[in-house]
This record gives sequence, C-alpha cells and structure tokens, in this order.
Amino acid sequence: MSRQYLIRRLMIAIPSLLGISIVLFTVLALAPGDPFGELASNPAIPPEVAASLRAKFGLDDPVWTRYVHWLVAMLHGDWGFSFASRIDVDTLILQRLPTTLIVIGAAQLLAILVALPVGVLAGTRPYSLFDQIANTLAFIGFSLPTFFTGLLLILIFSVRLDWLPMVYRADLGATGWRWFVEEVKQSIMPVAVLGLFQGASLVRYVRSAVLDVVRLDYVTTARSKGIGERKVITRHVVRTALIPVVTLVALQMPVVFGGAIVTEQIFRVPGIGSLLISAMLSNDTPVVMAVTFVFACLVVLFNLIADILYGWLDPRIAYR
Amino acid sequence: MADTLLDIRDLKTWFATDDGMVRAVDGIDLHIDRSETVGVVGESGCGKTVTARSILKLIDMPPGRFEGGQILWQGRDLLPLGAAEMDKIRAREIAIVFQEPMTSLNPVYTVGAQIAEVLREHEKLTRRQAIDRAAEMLSLVNIPNAKARVHDYPHQFSGGMRQRVMIALALSCRPKLLIADEPTTALDVTIQAQILELMQEMKERFGMAIMLITHAMGVVAETCQRVTVMYAGKVVEEAPVDALFGNPRHPYTQGLIRSIPRVDRAATHKERLEAIPGTVPSLVDPPPGCRFARRCRFASDVCRQAMPPLKQVGPGHFVRCVL
Repeated sequence: MSRQYLIRRLMIAIPSLLGISIVLFTVLALAPGDPFGELASNPAIPPEVAASLRAKFGLDDPVWTRYVHWLVAMLHGDWGFSFASRIDVDTLILQRLPTTLIVIGAAQLLAILVALPVGVLAGTRPYSLFDQIANTLAFIGFSLPTFFTGLLLILIFSVRLDWLPMVYRADLGATGWRWFVEEVKQSIMPVAVLGLFQGASLVRYVRSAVLDVVRLDYVTTARSKGIGERKVITRHVVRTALIPVVTLVALQMPVVFGGAIVTEQIFRVPGIGSLLISAMLSNDTPVVMAVTFVFACLVVLFNLIADILYGWLDPRIAYR
Repeated sequence: MADTLLDIRDLKTWFATDDGMVRAVDGIDLHIDRSETVGVVGESGCGKTVTARSILKLIDMPPGRFEGGQILWQGRDLLPLGAAEMDKIRAREIAIVFQEPMTSLNPVYTVGAQIAEVLREHEKLTRRQAIDRAAEMLSLVNIPNAKARVHDYPHQFSGGMRQRVMIALALSCRPKLLIADEPTTALDVTIQAQILELMQEMKERFGMAIMLITHAMGVVAETCQRVTVMYAGKVVEEAPVDALFGNPRHPYTQGLIRSIPRVDRAATHKERLEAIPGTVPSLVDPPPGCRFARRCRFASDVCRQAMPPLKQVGPGHFVRCVL
C-alpha cells in the first residue's frame, strides 16, 4: 500500500464524481417541476414577477450553463440555497448527515456482527440443523422489504406493547445518561430493520465464501498442524473468506443508503434520506442535487475503502 | 516388532455418497518401523490418500467414517482419540506433505508465519524465536537467502520451492513419521528428483520414518525399503523392495512394473508400453471375490467367489492372490 496508489485512486475519483454530477444534474433538469413551479400557478403573483425571478436565478438558462454555474459554486464551497427551508444546503445536510451515518453505521455494524458468526458457523457445518435454520431465517430476512418489517415492528413494539417510541426525535429533551437511553431506545427499531435486512443477505455471502475456502488444500494443511479447529477456522478460513465479503459489503453501500431512505421515512428519522424525500416533494432542486451528490461521494469513498482493505487482506494484490 | 511406529490393522474408511457407501479403504493392514521408508503404491482411487489422511484423521466426517480397525501409533490406538489429543500427535509426531504445493500453503500469510505457527503451538516459542527457527528450517531445505525469504508470501515461490517450504513446515517439529502424499506428482521431472533427494537428505539428518505415497514405481525402487501395493481399497501385495521388483507375485504388481516406461528398451525394441486393461471397479458394494479379477488374465472362478487371504510367500513378502 503505497501513498502514490492512494493519491492516484483519489485522482481517479474526481472524473467519476464529475460524471455522476453531470448525469444527476441533467436528470434533475429534465424532471418536471422546479422551485418556482408553484409561483406560476399562484394567482397572487404576477407572471412578470415570476418570470423575472426565474431569470434572476437562471432557471431558464440552458442546462449546461446551469451545470457550470452549479459546479463553479460547488468548487467554491457554495452548495446552494434551499428554497423550501430557507437556509444554506450545506448547513441543512450537516444537520441531517450525522443521524444518517449513525443509523447506517450501527445497522451495518449489527449486520456484520450477526452475519459473520452465523455465516461462519453455517459454512463450517453445511446442511446441519443450525445451517438450515440460519438459511431459512436469512431467506425470510432478505425477502421481507424494510417498509414491511418496519411497520410490523412499529405495530408490535410501539402500538401494541408500547415499549419503544414510534417516531425518532432529534430534539430529545433529556440530557446525559437519560438522553443516551432515550437515543438507544428510539434507534433500536430503525437499526434493527436495516441491519437485519443487510445481515440476512450477508449471512448467505459469508456462508458461501466459507464453504469455498473450507474445502481448500491449505485448510487441510492447517488441520494437519495440530493447532486446533478454532484456530484453523479463525486464522485460515475466516481470514481468506473475508476477502470477497469485504468487497461485497462496500458494493452494497448504495443499496444500504437506498434502504436507509425508506427506513428513515418509516421511522421519521430526521436523516439525510428523509431530507431527500421531503426535498423531492417540494421540488427543492438544490437540496435534491446536493443530497444525491453526497450519496455518490459516500459510495465512491466506500469503494476506495474496500480496495484498500482488499489489498491489506490479500497480499497477492499489488498496488501499482 | 519392538520398533514398530505405526501399525494399521484392518482399517476401514468409508464414505457415504448419494450412490451408496464408497469403501475407499476396506480393511488395510500396514506397518511402519522406526526410520524406515515404506512406499504405498497403486493407481488413482485405490485408497492411498484416504489411508494417509485417516492416520492423521484429516477425513471430513461426514461424509467419511471409520467403519472399523485400529491405527496404533506406538501401541496407542488413534481412532478413539478426541480432537485435542489428536492435535498433540499432528505435526509433532506425524507430519504430512501434500501433493499440490501450489495450493497447500495459505496465500495470505508469509511462509515464515505459517512455519512459525506450528512451532509456537507445539514448542511454545515466542514469535521471534519461531521466525528464526522457520528461517533455519528454510535454509535446511536449501532455500537460498532463507533469512529474507521467511517474510515472503507463497505466491512469490515456484512450485518446487513451495514443496520445499511444505517439507520445512512438516519437519519443523521433528516428527517421527513423515507422510508424503505424492509429493512430486505435481512437479517438473527435474524438480521431482531434487525433492526426493531432499527428503532423503532430511531423513538422514532427522532419522524419521517416511510413508511415501506414489504411483511412480521408479520412485519406489529408488527410495523405499518396503512397499505396499494397494488396489481398490485393499492391500494386494507387501514386500521388501528387492523382492517386489525381483519377484512380483500379484498380477497387478506385475502389471504395474511392466508399465514403467523404460527409455533404454523403448528406443531399441520399439515395444509398446504395456498397460493394465480395464479400470478400477466401483467401490460401492464391490463384488465378493478378488477385486482385480475382472482385469486379471489369470482369473478363475475361485477368484470371483471369495476374497483371497493375504498369504506369506517369502520373508516379509505377502500377497493376496490364489496363484
């Protein structure tokens, strides 16, 4: 792992992000409706005023001029202005991003913590009772969409049992320890829904990766060394089986963010996903553009992390 | 018999498959004395490898299972031993080298770390000591620049070099028995000779016994003192190496010896290499008689009715044939 490799990878990220932003911008420009669409149908505003507003914000310019404007502003650190919330887009995103990252991070962590041991145990004892139960549960887990399990959990734990809050609140009144307990309580359901959904498919991947490795010759060599089955599994099977799993986890990140949008909507988590949806509904183009772009950056970032981890896990891969 | 290291008695290792019970090893007797090199020969699928892996209990169970017999290691039966007890025997008493050097080493660890792992487990060395010992072992198996190469990964070695690493790994805890499961089959001919020579050299140095599994009769003639010939999960002949090549009694052994390519003869006489006709019978519900009967030109009704017993025909020379 060399510094040059890292710098080169970061350089490669620039054209891909540019490409992504062009596509996003064009699609958004082609989509019907814009922040001033409402003005046109509002009888209280004279058409001339609406037209001059549109001209002032450059909404009637050709797409490519608008894109260049956006890009130049972006490079100066100006993310634009939210017409719906009346604040800068970057402030808005920074308010929402930590919540999303915490929820997604906790969910991914839960997914990995569940999937690794279950997948390894299932893979080392294929077709055993444990394997079959794990497989069945995994199948159910990734067949049920998050909006269904989310509503089901709300129905059971919030409505019927009243154990957990139905709505995620960013402005908890409590402080200190009480705040932490409240935070955990309201995070349980969104994290569980997203994490178990991810974990379910991850179990299948880990299991098949382990199954592939367990049959290899060097595992037999490891067994012949008399180091005990546990060390054979942890050092020689899991370590190599992790290589494809790492790539998978990273490549699944877009799906995770997509799932987070739905989950945030169900549990009313004030994250970047629910921001995206409300921005779409109110035709708040700058916010939609910025949020999707942030998602794109995160996906590119996780791919980079995956490549770095890959090289660290597999010495056969040389970075040049 | 005082110096018997390993004594396998009537070992049966069977495998449950969709087609039925495969009797891969079906009543094998084999013994290896201290510091002796014993060859185990036979064609592919005759149960050589399963026998070798049974000794170290490296058989996947299921589908494999020990149907009967004993594996006496210095008088103690290994079959009933638990995993923890077996791990004390593995590498420290009995070590194994496999056929495929390209895949037998873990690609994600340095060769030094893989040798050090076994040393740290059995000899309780520190990481440093173990790496130093690993470097010593590597130079012992004639890997140049061993001190630096301990930190290399398996993919940085050639096939022959990896097999040397495997031998270094196997010998690092000074085992009393080295099982070499076709150690040269996957290598180039010139490298094969080097590896056999290295094993001979190591044997002189450490004095361990070697169980050499191979299908190359030439290798056996050069390196072994005693030979066991296996066919379809059974021992068909066992003899000191001179007796086996000088006076092979079983038609299968005779066929094996005749099928050795001879450079001198082929050139002058233009004879065709003799092959044994037919293939190994199915090991699922094998017929009651001699398993070689279907391919044997001397076979009679007696052969097909009952399995002939192993009978002594000379000093240390046994054969499972009615002839």
